[in-house]
Amino acid sequence: MISFELSTEQKEIHEMAMKFAKNEMMPKAMEYDEKAEMPMSILQKAWELGLVNTCIPAEYGGAGFTTQDAMIITEALAYGCLGMNTAIMANDLALLPIVIGGSEDQKKKFLTPFTESYKIAAFCLTEPGNGSDAAGIKTTIKEDGEDFIVNGNKMWITNAGYADLFVVYGTYDASLKHKGITAIVIDGKAAGIELGEKENKMGHRCSDTRAVTFNNVRVPKENILGNVGEGWKIAMKTLNHSRPMVASSAVGGAQCAMDHAVKYAGERIQFGVPLAKHQAIQMMIADMGIEIEAARLLVQKAAWYLDQDKPNPEVSSYSKAKAADMFMDVASDAVQIFGGYGYSKEYPVEKIMRDAKLIQIYEGTSQIQRLVIAKEIFSRS
Amino acid sequence: MNIFVCIKQVPDTETKITPNGDGSYIETSSIKWIMNPYDEFAVEQALLTKAANSGSTVTVVRVGGVKDTEALRTALAMGADDAILVESGDNLDSYMTAKALKGAIEKSGNTPDVIYTGKQAIDDDCLQVPQLLAQMLGLPSVSVVVECSEEGGKFTLKREVEGGALEVYDVSSPAVIACNKGLNTPRYASLPGIMKAKRKPLAQHSLSDVGVADSDARVKYSNFQLPPEKPAGKSFDAMDEGNQASVVSEVVKLLREEAKVI
Amino acid sequence: MANVLVFAEANGDTVKSVTFEILGKLSGHSVDVAIVGDMGSNAVADLAKFGAANVHNLKGADLDKYSPEGYGNALKEFIGSNYDYVFAGATSLAKDLMPRVAGMFDAGMASEVTNFNFDGDNFAGTRPLFAGKVLAKVELSGPKPHFVTVRPNALGLPENPTAGAGTSNEVAANAGEIKAAIREIIKGASEKLDLTEANIIVSGGRAMKSAENFKVLEELAEVLGATVGASRAAVDSGYAAHSMQVGQTGKTVSPSLYIACGISGAIQHLAGMRTSKVIVAINTDPDAPIFTKADYGIVGDLFTVVPLLKEEFSKIL
Repeated sequence: MISFELSTEQKEIHEMAMKFAKNEMMPKAMEYDEKAEMPMSILQKAWELGLVNTCIPAEYGGAGFTTQDAMIITEALAYGCLGMNTAIMANDLALLPIVIGGSEDQKKKFLTPFTESYKIAAFCLTEPGNGSDAAGIKTTIKEDGEDFIVNGNKMWITNAGYADLFVVYGTYDASLKHKGITAIVIDGKAAGIELGEKENKMGHRCSDTRAVTFNNVRVPKENILGNVGEGWKIAMKTLNHSRPMVASSAVGGAQCAMDHAVKYAGERIQFGVPLAKHQAIQMMIADMGIEIEAARLLVQKAAWYLDQDKPNPEVSSYSKAKAADMFMDVASDAVQIFGGYGYSKEYPVEKIMRDAKLIQIYEGTSQIQRLVIAKEIFSRS
Repeated sequence: MNIFVCIKQVPDTETKITPNGDGSYIETSSIKWIMNPYDEFAVEQALLTKAANSGSTVTVVRVGGVKDTEALRTALAMGADDAILVESGDNLDSYMTAKALKGAIEKSGNTPDVIYTGKQAIDDDCLQVPQLLAQMLGLPSVSVVVECSEEGGKFTLKREVEGGALEVYDVSSPAVIACNKGLNTPRYASLPGIMKAKRKPLAQHSLSDVGVADSDARVKYSNFQLPPEKPAGKSFDAMDEGNQASVVSEVVKLLREEAKVI
Repeated sequence: MANVLVFAEANGDTVKSVTFEILGKLSGHSVDVAIVGDMGSNAVADLAKFGAANVHNLKGADLDKYSPEGYGNALKEFIGSNYDYVFAGATSLAKDLMPRVAGMFDAGMASEVTNFNFDGDNFAGTRPLFAGKVLAKVELSGPKPHFVTVRPNALGLPENPTAGAGTSNEVAANAGEIKAAIREIIKGASEKLDLTEANIIVSGGRAMKSAENFKVLEELAEVLGATVGASRAAVDSGYAAHSMQVGQTGKTVSPSLYIACGISGAIQHLAGMRTSKVIVAINTDPDAPIFTKADYGIVGDLFTVVPLLKEEFSKIL
């Protein structure tokens, strides 16, 4: 029953996405990184080719990808540029709660427009005072006649400056802790949304990251996902999907770093022979190969669980923790193999190493993944 | 219009090429196969022609091994309507390939109004098939085409020749047009296109189905080998302002007296 | 001794030099030359010098300018069953024409051989495949004549050619039906030889930094009578036109002298120029892979070295 063979379509999807990554993303990656500017024409083109919003089901105008397919696409796009991929992946992160927790009407209303033109979505969970401790969020969602009023500050919001739609987590009643948390869809043009300055980040610099403040933002009641108080449940289910997806981006980034390192090791001559003939370098490259493949298999397994409709938070966290830490190591070793050139912007591994660091931080830090994993393990003992 | 496109599957340009054990061909076991890059221009031109002539169909034809059919599927995903595969070994000569393409096109039952091909395949680099196919079908052909416009079945084609000069041809349909880089920008196969491609028809024939026999072989290759390595060259340091002039003068002297190329 | 016809192209008195390379190599066989359209009398003398027995000038209506069908029909009729082999240089015209003529005889053709020899009457050639990443022996079978095109500059001119009779002879030829005809010819930006035929190439890479800077290379090329080429990186960056690209997806060249300026030497570039006889590389990075292929490597800034080269060459040329 175990098969590691991709289907013919999956191979073609991979080919096509890699071609896009290599021809459209890679040549511009450094430029947009330096400018710290959203590459709108590239993102638009990616959308036209069906590379964006892979989570939208066929009923609502999506292509009908499996989770496995979506992972293949993410890995390829991240190979092209982690920052651009983050801008693309953030749409899925914001739309997944609608796919998971939305009603039929909400899915039609909110998802379908994303299949008709390139639109941008932003997921708002983290706050200035609450990152890993997400259950303690302070943003409030209060009933007011036929509407809800949203108030609060959100931090590190990807795509914020361009968002046509926000999916915001707030609390209906802070004393209820998890059970008060509610997810609500807010139109990007709603009155009372204030955007902070674009953050000046270490990596993923072309993606747009900002603080967002909601000042008495009035939202119709039908924009609540599920019921009031179901937000935490929706967020947790979202993470089952989004964590392997982020892990897959780490696999793509690491593969790219490794491919650069392998190529360079074949070209650079030291002590009269190419680097590739030196055992010290061979050990590093071999370890990259082992680690990348191990992480890729965990991503595939987590995706397989989701495609079987048996989401497994523990394996999702395995994949995220393993892939993020693996990526950081691989990127660092790639820079090491390039030596001084690797540390300069002359070669792309410098950027990849900066990009790698964020994967250990967002979508649950590597430490939080281990807390989730340990909790699952001890719950069985 | 009945538009045909002939494509070939070739090793990726990045692939390392090594002779096989007995030198009869190259080692193919670990090769990544892609659509011949020049054929992508042909597929794109076919799709552009189709878009300008409603009711047209684009049929893509490939002669080659059956183990990978990616090139055909890519063409279908880009927007071709149906595909024909003629199954053969890896290293068919140009004459047999052209004859097989002719047979496959005739077997399809549709009379071609235009046949697009790449100007050459980047594996054997023969540049023969488009002209051979045209001759076999009794059609005119224009090769190395960098500009193509069509109205009412009349084509104006620009063929690139030496020194970047262009020969302008007027040709009426039907014709064989061999496409060069610069003709257009091939579209990507979109993901929805890939999903749709699997439902498009793909006919499969053997070489004998399309009238090609072993006796049609004209070219035999053998003794595949890597090109000889050159001996190490001479190196000169001209980073210092002080020695630049003397280095250049020395190199020019060597080019004249040692290498005898000036 | 095989009966061989060499198809040649003449521009007035000037015959493309690849024809002389072929004639030199065919020394010892009975070799005729066929030229379609107008030719000058000096062309005949030159062809005789390199060994042509008879020079047949095919003339007729619609043969004053090239068309694949017209030239093809005229040649087919002329060749008849008179020749065992038909050779031509792998020029733009012959690469277009020869496969069609071979098709008219249902005959085999070896494209762009870089060397060949005869064992008695049997031809065996060597040709690069996969953009020169491998070489293979090529042999032909099936109906005669067999067709061969030869890559320019690959054989080299013979040092002591054996002269032939060089009897000139005008042949009335029929172009037959022509469906694809040239309406006009638009001259290229450069009057220079095409990269694939050029004897000397000066090529620029990413380090050229701009399209304007290619002027530096053009000035050197002017002195050398060279053609300017470019790496894929320079083309992709918009510094040079596609038609100038040397490499796997550009042109495969084998000039006598290839001067690579600010080209790092990516694998796909090396594939397109590795068969050059002599390679000069100029690059500031001493570890650039181009230096592993260079006969003469100059570690230095192309913007200082290239003008010095120009100066030095203009002293001796």
